[in-house]
Amino acid sequence: MAFRDGPFENLKVPLVWTAMAVVGVGLIASIMLLLADGKSGEADDHFGPVRAGFTTGAGSVGGVFAAPVRWAGHVTDYVGGYFNAVEENRRLKRELAELQPWRDQAIALKNVNARYETLLGLRTEPPVAMATARSISEARGPFVNSRLIDAGSSKGVKVGNPVINEHGLVGRIVGVAPGVSRMLLVTDVASRIPVLIDRSDARAMLTGDGSGNPRLEYVRGQDSVRSGDRVLSSGDGGGIPRGVPIGVVAKGVDGSWRVKLFSDRGAIDYVRVMLFEDFGQLANAEALNAPPLAALDTAPPPTADQAAAIGDVQARRQAAAEETARRASQAAAAPPAAATPPAPASTQPERPA
Amino acid sequence: MRRPVAVRVIGPTQWIFLPALAVMAVTLLLATPVKLFGWFALPEVVLPLTLAFAWPLIRPSVLGPVTLLVLGLFLDLLWGGPLGLWAICLLAVYGGVLLSRSFLAGQETRVLFAWYAVCVVGAFALVYLIVSLRAHNAPSLLALFWQVLPTLLLFPISAWMIERFDDGDLRFR
Repeated sequence: MAFRDGPFENLKVPLVWTAMAVVGVGLIASIMLLLADGKSGEADDHFGPVRAGFTTGAGSVGGVFAAPVRWAGHVTDYVGGYFNAVEENRRLKRELAELQPWRDQAIALKNVNARYETLLGLRTEPPVAMATARSISEARGPFVNSRLIDAGSSKGVKVGNPVINEHGLVGRIVGVAPGVSRMLLVTDVASRIPVLIDRSDARAMLTGDGSGNPRLEYVRGQDSVRSGDRVLSSGDGGGIPRGVPIGVVAKGVDGSWRVKLFSDRGAIDYVRVMLFEDFGQLANAEALNAPPLAALDTAPPPTADQAAAIGDVQARRQAAAEETARRASQAAAAPPAAATPPAPASTQPERPA
Repeated sequence: MRRPVAVRVIGPTQWIFLPALAVMAVTLLLATPVKLFGWFALPEVVLPLTLAFAWPLIRPSVLGPVTLLVLGLFLDLLWGGPLGLWAICLLAVYGGVLLSRSFLAGQETRVLFAWYAVCVVGAFALVYLIVSLRAHNAPSLLALFWQVLPTLLLFPISAWMIERFDDGDLRFR
């Protein structure tokens, strides 16, 4: 009997029900995906290869799509620069006049600092290699703040590498493909950067929330933070080298301490990836991982003279112990006398009462 | 002799696949990292929400939710969010509108816009909740507002699609 001749011959499922069933299945699949998906760039990122493959394709396609928009942006920049040239020229002259004394001081301080480092024998951090990249696309909503850049593992970029532009810290790498990487901006809701306040050396955590100005959290101490203080990376945790400029402190409308980012002073189109992993790369891992006191196993055997000396010392200690035992037994066996013989002179200094 | 009348059949290619491809292309375009005049960044709107609202009102379909699932995963991969985040949001909007389509069919544009606003705000609230739970950190409400507002302004796309493709077939009411 064919199916259409059976009891379901006249059964017609409304299309709305079918669509709702598909919606239900899709929702269940999406929830399972969401639960299974770890955070990007971390060990439990099960969809890392999928992301890498998509990122590679989106990078090239996005570059083509973005070309007209980028050209339009260059045109507007050109027009804006033309009309603002006089004002910008005045501003730059003023800044130049302000910065020239600072430049002289910086040169002098650099010289003094180098002398101190030499005198004290300080071991300074080696220079960090950089990889230059161009930003291809960006996500700038409240939920995700990230960018794709056109430098990947083929240039030595790895997950965790900090990214800077000419003004300061921009973010860090969270996903890598051979030619493209994903950079998580410091404004992202999942971003946490350990920072220090330049004036007070106080520590804090820079926490993004999707807005343009991330929050300063876990600030301890009184007067440790003021408006206008410079914020630098602290290097705590080893993710980012110490001293990378980030921004200046400002009071937010909600009363929290926030940071105006230096990286916002210019377009984040060209960036540099610091090929810096953590402090572990600065140390000799083999020396650190060597077993403790391993050198004792390699000590040479004693010579004949050393063995005789060691044996002589042992013989003298044994004779002294036997003599002490003999005297003790004689003293115990002797009869009680009227007059107690004088006690032998002690070699130990007398203790004060 | 009567001349044959050419009947144009509007299939899923016209009202599902081509709009979905257009949405993907525009989303890629809007992801361009450019600031016009040095300060005006392109808006980051969630374009597939217009499709999630319009498709169930045009006609219930199996292809609609499947395409929305694909679009949601596309957004997650493009923007770097957790996989499934926007798919849940889009499918929830589709399901909600599908359940209420008997009420919404034939209503004025103002009523449709009001329901569209409810769907958009609800979808963003859902995403806000999920992201807050995952990141242990609440996103900025001001930043959220600046993404919700331009997405609300996309309602004319949904209205145009409903007007263009709604065939008024009573079998689907």
